[in-house]
This record gives sequence, C-alpha cells and structure tokens, in this order.
Amino acid sequence: MLQSFNLALKSIWGNKMRSFLTMLGIIIGVAAVIILVSLVNGQMSYMTESFASMGTNRITVNVTNITTRSVGADEMYEFFEDNSDLFEEMSPTVQVGGMVKNSQDTMSATSISGVGEGYLNILDREMFAGRFIQYSDVIGYQKVCVLGYYPAVELWGSAQQAVGQTVKLNGQAYTVVGVVERQDDDDWEDGGSDDYLYIPYSTATKLSQNTNINNYTFTVKEVNQATEAKEVIEEYLFTVFKTEDLYNVTAMSEMLDELNSMISMMSAVLGGIAGISLLVAGVGVMNIMLVSVTERTREIGIRKSLGAKRRTIMTQFVIEAAMTSTIGGILGIFLGLGGSVGLGSLLGMTAKPTIGSVGLAFGVSVAIGLIFGYMPANRAAKLNPIDALRSE
Amino acid sequence: MAEEHPLIDLRHIYKIYTLGGEEIHANDDISVSIQRGEFVAIVGKSGSGKSTLMNIIGALDVPTEGEYYLGGEDVTEMSDNQLAEIRNKMIGFIFQQYNLLPKLNILENVELPLLYAGLSKAERRERAMASLKRVGLEEKWRNMPNQLSGGQQQRVSIARALAGTPSLILADEPTGALDSRTGREVLNFLKKLNEEGNTIVMITHDNSIALEAKRVVRIIDGKVDFDGDVKEYAAII
Repeated sequence: MLQSFNLALKSIWGNKMRSFLTMLGIIIGVAAVIILVSLVNGQMSYMTESFASMGTNRITVNVTNITTRSVGADEMYEFFEDNSDLFEEMSPTVQVGGMVKNSQDTMSATSISGVGEGYLNILDREMFAGRFIQYSDVIGYQKVCVLGYYPAVELWGSAQQAVGQTVKLNGQAYTVVGVVERQDDDDWEDGGSDDYLYIPYSTATKLSQNTNINNYTFTVKEVNQATEAKEVIEEYLFTVFKTEDLYNVTAMSEMLDELNSMISMMSAVLGGIAGISLLVAGVGVMNIMLVSVTERTREIGIRKSLGAKRRTIMTQFVIEAAMTSTIGGILGIFLGLGGSVGLGSLLGMTAKPTIGSVGLAFGVSVAIGLIFGYMPANRAAKLNPIDALRSE
Repeated sequence: MAEEHPLIDLRHIYKIYTLGGEEIHANDDISVSIQRGEFVAIVGKSGSGKSTLMNIIGALDVPTEGEYYLGGEDVTEMSDNQLAEIRNKMIGFIFQQYNLLPKLNILENVELPLLYAGLSKAERRERAMASLKRVGLEEKWRNMPNQLSGGQQQRVSIARALAGTPSLILADEPTGALDSRTGREVLNFLKKLNEEGNTIVMITHDNSIALEAKRVVRIIDGKVDFDGDVKEYAAII
C-alpha cells in the first residue's frame, strides 16, 4: 500500500505541469468554498454581536389607542407586575420634539424621550454621575431630566458639572439629576448615540399636549422565553383591542433568528454554487486520468505481463487520482484561508473560517479523486495485456 | 526418478477470431509438448500464428478450444487473477522492445515481478541485485533505462525475467531490435541460461536465429508444419 502511495507521488511529481493543471480546478473550488464560508460566518457573527448589543432580551410594543379601546401606562404596569415571572423590566417611551438649551448653548439634535424608572436597566447602562429618573419623579410629574454624556459635556464642559444644572426644554426649565456613562467612541457628534435626554414619561405627556402613550419596551428574564413572552403580551393586547390591527409586538430575538436563517440560506446557496465548481473540477480529474491511462497503456500491459492483477492496477490509478485531488484540496485550503483573511480586510468584512468547512473541503477533495478516478482506473485494469503491449 | 509431466503441454489448441463475419483460425489444432530444460524455437512468418501461440503459452490469452497444461495445471479454465499469478510465478517474459518502464531505475525495473509476488523490500533488492549480477549489470542499478544501450536494456529485461526464478523463459524476438553483434551476445546468454537448466521458448521469424536453439517448431497458417531437432530443421531449409 505504501508502495502505491510512493508510486503515485512519483507519477504526480514526474508530470508537474499536468498534475498542477488538474489540481487547479480543485484548488479553486476548495478555496472558494472556504472563502465564502469564512466571510459569511464572519458577517453573521458580527451582525449577531451588533444585534445582541441592542438587547436580544428586548420586546417592543406599539399600540394605537382609539376612543373605545385603549391601554394606558397604568394598565401596562399592572400587566407587567402580573407577569413578573417572565419580565425583567418595563418602560413606556414617549418621543418629544424640541431643543435643549442652557444659558449659553442650544442642542438641536438631541433626542428627547419620556421614559419610566426601569429604562436604565433596559438600556443595560450605568450612571456616570447623579441618579436616573425615579418613581417619585413620575408620579409627581417632576421637571427633572437625565442627560446623555454628549450633551452634558457640550453644554457644561464636563459631565460632573452638569448635575444640578438647569436646561430649558421648549421654554420650560428642567433640573439635571444625572448623566449616563459614555457609550460610544465612534459616534461623538450631534445626534450621535450619546446625544439624548430623558424625562419622566408622565411629564412628557404634559409637554407635548398628548396624553397618549404609544410605545412600551419590555425586557424578558430569559432570552429563550422571548417568544412565549411576546405571545403573552399579544394575548393581553388582543383582549383590550379585540383586533390585531391596533397593536404590534416585536421580539428582538425573533428578528435576530430571522436574520440568521436568512444568512444561513444565503450561505447554503453560495456553498452550493461552490460545490458545483468542485464537481466540474472532479470531471477535470477524471478527464486527465483517462488521458493518463491511454498514455500508459503500454506500461499497464508490461505490468500485467509481469503478473500485476487487475486489483493492483486499479489501486494504482485510483490512488493516483485521489492523491492528486487531495493535494489540490490541501493547497486550496491554504489558499482559502489566506484568501479569506486578505479579502476580508480588503472589503472591510470579518472573516471567520470554520473547522467544519476545512474538514468538509478536505473530505470532498479526497472523495472526488476516489469517485472520479474509479472509472479510468477500472478501464486500465481491464485492459487486455496483449493489446496493451502492442500499443504505443 | 519418476517420469515428469511436460512443463508445457498444449493439446489441440484452437484460437479462432471472427472478423467481419468470417472465422479466422489463428491457431488451428496445435499440439506441442515441451519438457523442462529444453530450448525450443517457434518459427514462422508474420501472420503465421506464432505470436498467438506465444500469447497462449505465456498465459496472456486463452485458447478458444483445447487445453493447455502448464507445469501440470490446466490453465485454460483459470480466472484473470489466477492467470496473473501464473505469469508472475512461472513465466519470465523477454520482449522485442525490452519493455522497461522508463520512469523507474534499473533496479526498480528488475524488482517489479518480485513486487507483484509480494516480497519484502529487502528480499526484493537482494534477489534483483543477484539477477542483475547474472547479466553483468549490477553496477548500473541506479541508472535509468534511457541511459543504457539497446543491448544493455535487453540484458536488464533478461534479468527481470530471471528475477522471480520462473519455470519458463518466454522470449519474443529477443534480438529483433538489436544489431547483429549485440544480438549474438544475447543469444549466447540465452544458451548459457539453458545450459544452467532453464527452459527457454523463443519466438522468431528468422531461421538463422531459430537454428541457435535445440529444437524447432515451425508454424505455417496456424498449424504445426515441423516439430523436431534443430539439425533436422537445418537440413530442410
């Protein structure tokens, strides 16, 4: 057996150019598979991470309140407390338009929202200075606010300084009771991810002349209960609204799953295409092996006359085909790994090759040699030694 | 000593081809018996059927009808694999075109039948080298075939034929591709081998070569035309 491997290597090395050209199809096919899988896998991980940072434990609820059927913050809080085994936090969110001013400056892009006291936990953030909105602020309709790191620094130079200061929101004075820790380093500008201001939601409804609260955010205790939790909310809202048209519940984790399955499907399609190229490569191997058998007919005749059995000739040629495709596969793997890193950095995408794809590619290239080498090898083995000896 | 059966016992051998509706009798009722230690030349013009007969003797082909007993065993009923074994163990081929494998060196070429016999690497090497020594080429064991002259290559192919200590040496036009002087050397070598006890069957179209053997069998149109001592043959040609 070892002899056959040596023999095969000798034969492959003896015909370097031809062997390389035969392998080329496999090298390209394997490299393509690995690059595709790496890039898709990398993107998936990246997206999953970004999504996760937005909180996969989050469920957002939108309602449209009409005169006959409606739900308010108090009812939602009651629902939340009734289901505290499922839910971690809940907060209404009210968007308010307007600008934030102090005595010197105006912030025009700061997003202003009315939220409940649980919102900090929902955001999974910490305070840098001072405190967050409290329950007492909510029931007291207090004119207090919590700043993001950006407006605090823009308006007073330092976040520490901001606490205790006064801002004007649409003409009304609010006291700054706290500043949230800095979030992002990339986005340091007006309207960036640190440019926001929170006030109690009760106060917000007064501010915008609108007592209607249309948005609520829940967080679940266990991410794998997200679907169940979503259904519980939908059930409740259905009992209130009697129709699905007036509310909408979205679980972040479900969106992420959908995204993942979309990406998986895409990568499967791409993998299939790459697989086809490997099939073509296999045909190339078979072609060359057939040529090789024809060229070495005389040699086969000699070997047979010296006593080589059919099985011996068969094994010789199958091993040669398998070695050619395996070496091609290994080269393709190296090219694929290098290429995915290089291409990834070129396109600005992360590349994460998987052990599975490498193993699969290797296995497939060996299989190609065995399968596509079989027919030519069979033909070689069945040659009539007399005819074979006669040919040149 | 008990009477031994002949090494080669061909009984009523027919080899029939059908070509375009017509039957061609390449071998037409041939019966020949060859004992161990003989040196037989099978002579005939091209197309006479001598090559067909050689293929049958060499277990490269099976007759359409008739029986072939090689070393006492009926070869005609054997499977492909069994025939391969016979070729490997009992027959040493010497071809007109030397037929050495160009990508293997001299030693590897001579080792080839031993490889197929399943011998260990050490044993193969030992026996192959011994065989090369017999033909006087052991120093060239590392060379490639294309580095040797025609005569040397033919001697290597003789070494290869001898390597497995076969019962029968089958030489097909062994001097055909050589000049007369080198051809003479090869023939003398075959004679020496025969004196050492090897059974040699030589196929040729050339009567002068045939006269170097001890017994001649002439084939004309697929039939045995003459089978007898070489001196008798010399008289009739």
